[in-house]
Amino acid sequence: MALDDRKTDGFKYIGTRPNRPDGLDKVTGKARFGADASASGMLHGAIVRSPHAHARILKIDATRALALTGVKAVVTRADFATGLTGEDADLLENVIAGEKALYDGHAIAAVAATSALIARDAAKLVEVTYEPLPHVTDVDAAMQPDAPIIRADAADDSVPEGMHPNVVRYMEFGRGDLEAGFAEADAIVEQTYKTEATHQGYIEPHACLAQLGADGRGELWCCTQGHWFVRRMCTALLGLETSQLRVTPSEIGGGFGGKTTVFIDPIALALSRKASRPVKLVMSRSEVLRATGPTASASMDIKIGMKRDGTITAASGVFRLQGGAFPGAPTAETMQCAFACYEIPAVHEVGYDVIANRPKQAAYRAPGAPMGAFAVESALDELCRELDLDPIEMRLKNASREGTRSSFGPRFPRVGLVETLEAAKAHPHYAAPLGPNQGRGVACGYWMNWGGETSVSLAISEDGTAQVTVGTPDIGGSRASMALMAAEALGIPYENVRCNIADTGSLGINEPTHGSRATYASGLATIESARQAIGKLCERAADKWGIDAEAVIWEDGCAKPSGPNAGEFPPLTIAEIAAEMGSTGGPISGHHEATPNGHGGSFGTHLVDLEVDPETGRTTILRYTVVQDAGKAIHPAYVEGQFQGGAVQGIGWALNEEYIYGQDGRLQNPIFLDYRVPVASDLPMIDTVIVEVPNPGHPYGVRGVGETGITPPLPAVANAVATAAGVRLRHLPMTPPRILAALEQKAGG
Amino acid sequence: MSRIHVTTTVNGDEVEYLCEPRETLLDCLRDHVGLTGAKEGCGTGDCGACSVTLDGRLVCSCLVLGAEAEGKKVETIEGLADGDTLHPLQRKFIEHAALQCGICTPGILIAAKALLEKTPDPTETEVRYWLAGNLCRCTGYDKIIRAVMDAAAEMREAS
Repeated sequence: MALDDRKTDGFKYIGTRPNRPDGLDKVTGKARFGADASASGMLHGAIVRSPHAHARILKIDATRALALTGVKAVVTRADFATGLTGEDADLLENVIAGEKALYDGHAIAAVAATSALIARDAAKLVEVTYEPLPHVTDVDAAMQPDAPIIRADAADDSVPEGMHPNVVRYMEFGRGDLEAGFAEADAIVEQTYKTEATHQGYIEPHACLAQLGADGRGELWCCTQGHWFVRRMCTALLGLETSQLRVTPSEIGGGFGGKTTVFIDPIALALSRKASRPVKLVMSRSEVLRATGPTASASMDIKIGMKRDGTITAASGVFRLQGGAFPGAPTAETMQCAFACYEIPAVHEVGYDVIANRPKQAAYRAPGAPMGAFAVESALDELCRELDLDPIEMRLKNASREGTRSSFGPRFPRVGLVETLEAAKAHPHYAAPLGPNQGRGVACGYWMNWGGETSVSLAISEDGTAQVTVGTPDIGGSRASMALMAAEALGIPYENVRCNIADTGSLGINEPTHGSRATYASGLATIESARQAIGKLCERAADKWGIDAEAVIWEDGCAKPSGPNAGEFPPLTIAEIAAEMGSTGGPISGHHEATPNGHGGSFGTHLVDLEVDPETGRTTILRYTVVQDAGKAIHPAYVEGQFQGGAVQGIGWALNEEYIYGQDGRLQNPIFLDYRVPVASDLPMIDTVIVEVPNPGHPYGVRGVGETGITPPLPAVANAVATAAGVRLRHLPMTPPRILAALEQKAGG
Repeated sequence: MSRIHVTTTVNGDEVEYLCEPRETLLDCLRDHVGLTGAKEGCGTGDCGACSVTLDGRLVCSCLVLGAEAEGKKVETIEGLADGDTLHPLQRKFIEHAALQCGICTPGILIAAKALLEKTPDPTETEVRYWLAGNLCRCTGYDKIIRAVMDAAAEMREAS
């Protein structure tokens, strides 16, 4: 479905900032999140986890645990499906270990008991005999010839012969004459950049309440970004028929991609099946950090050539990502996004997906993109300094625009990168004075966005109000956006629309709230559902007036006769038509199903000013501005919120956050005190500029906005640190000790 | 292990519960009293999602034992509004879009209320440092700080 010419401006509700419909519940403590549910006869679960980074499991003895009063069931891998292949086999292996523990925190067994305290006590009584094995946690070390082999058969056919078995996928693409491009350059930068693994850091740990009977019918309540994904994964891992499990999503306390897969849900279902009682399972924070999806860590070699006038002549990149003990690091996404912002005549990229003794990585906001952006945007900044170029002018000179052939092949449709650069250049931030030890950084970023399987229903109620039923959990105000789009399409007040998030028993398949797709795809399907309902409303009016339905138009929530032969009738309001629907043909609703693919990417440009204390190496963010293309901002306050939240997660990745493993391969910082996410006192206000270059693939021009914002901060902060401190850090995070070490190295010689 | 009988006041109501000596006040509120507004985000006092007040003092209820509430007054998010009338902080959080997922919101509202009772006219820096113990991963804090400052201004005008 394409952009409607008639509806790119002159909106009545779109672009306003009404209160969100679920706001009251969420400020009064009434909203029910994952851990807030309970059931009659409910047991509590606890999980036994590996203390080893890599170990063979020789024996699991639950005798003492089962002897504890109140313990009702213990499950191990033997309680799950057998014979799985491909991604399902990996998923099961990650959910509960088979022959080997593959990382510190890997689930080995689980217990259900009459209280959470007893379950935790019992988990300590499960005796597991391990044979520790050599381990590796660093991506570069895992590729070395002498690295321990984590899983001998994990690689696919793409990997060239002779590589270590820990290299499980290989990819390569490019075009143009690289050699000629570099020969043409006046300056070339060639450097290696590294980023560490970070965690999504949602404040709500994973939680679920499961009930599964011996007849294979089940109910699952859980916090998830996508309950149809949960249903498919859980039923596969337990050997059930998909439709026999109904999954109801709770309110969700953050996800950022990390709640698009399953960890504890299949275990809770297995415990429930074994104990014949409902089982609640809630993760602790250290379980979240040790055993749910962090990001990949990355090591990247970048080479870029540039002419004296700022024209990029050639670029190449080698991207090595480890995504834990399973294939799936977002290497391809890193490669696609790394050079996406620029028109480059010759480009070549090579990527490796590497396994290591770490938890299986999960999606995290624009998965893969921030790493590549850090490397490429840092390298470009190094070239701008060498050639004395303005970083925005250089980017404007090379910026991707409509028709530009991307580094990964396709040509871009209408996109808004140039508009974000122009807006950043014109912003007062870009001309603000800087003091001593202060620096300014600029960087761009891109995320391709996603459409995905989508099913939406909209029903008119007897009083002319409307209910919208969507399958994408509301993770940041999307109910408000859906209600605004439905109100706009139907011509009724925003307050007259209620948006509900349906369980898996109430709609067709919906992909999760991921890929920045909810407002785009569920929004598109909401508008189409509303238009279908409007067609029926017009038919009812036509029947009443005794004229053709084609002679009726819908305007401001009313059916009106239109055209030369329609006749003169007073408008019929939606409430008047709805009041009679039972006797005029039955319920009036609309329904739309699609896998829309006109999502269109979103580009952004960020500016940051910061100060580095030369004595302590501490970085203070002084000023931050996000400029990003939203296509059309449905609810601008929540668009700003996405920009601000993404920027701050990126600042955390740049300055503080990292997974720190000891020599023993165990995670050393599995609590929030040591895994330090940004707090309020670390930050200034985050200024935002919403650029609106309508997306041709959405009826109102919407582009997903959720993910792009985490991509530019990593390089923008690094580029600003380079100015403020006079040292270039090519390894994130730029913690005070790392900055101090760089300053000392510079002073020493 | 014998349980401890606790008599306490929660949001003005007298409440009794039996708890294990090692159970936290957070677990007692959620599992025995049935108030699930306070959330557990970390269990180590680092995220502030479980913030409540105990005899007027702001605490992480995950770091307080349930038995310690004996004879004290506990205030939780469920007691912040006056019937149908929202506290100005609650209203401003909705108006400013100061929540995205909403999991940190109860704790932040309780912490912000404690701030404004002590400091009715806080600077932005004071608000940021007071709320430094309340993690929010969605918003980048911008709209939260604005909502607290705006609520403070409104409360000063009304008083």
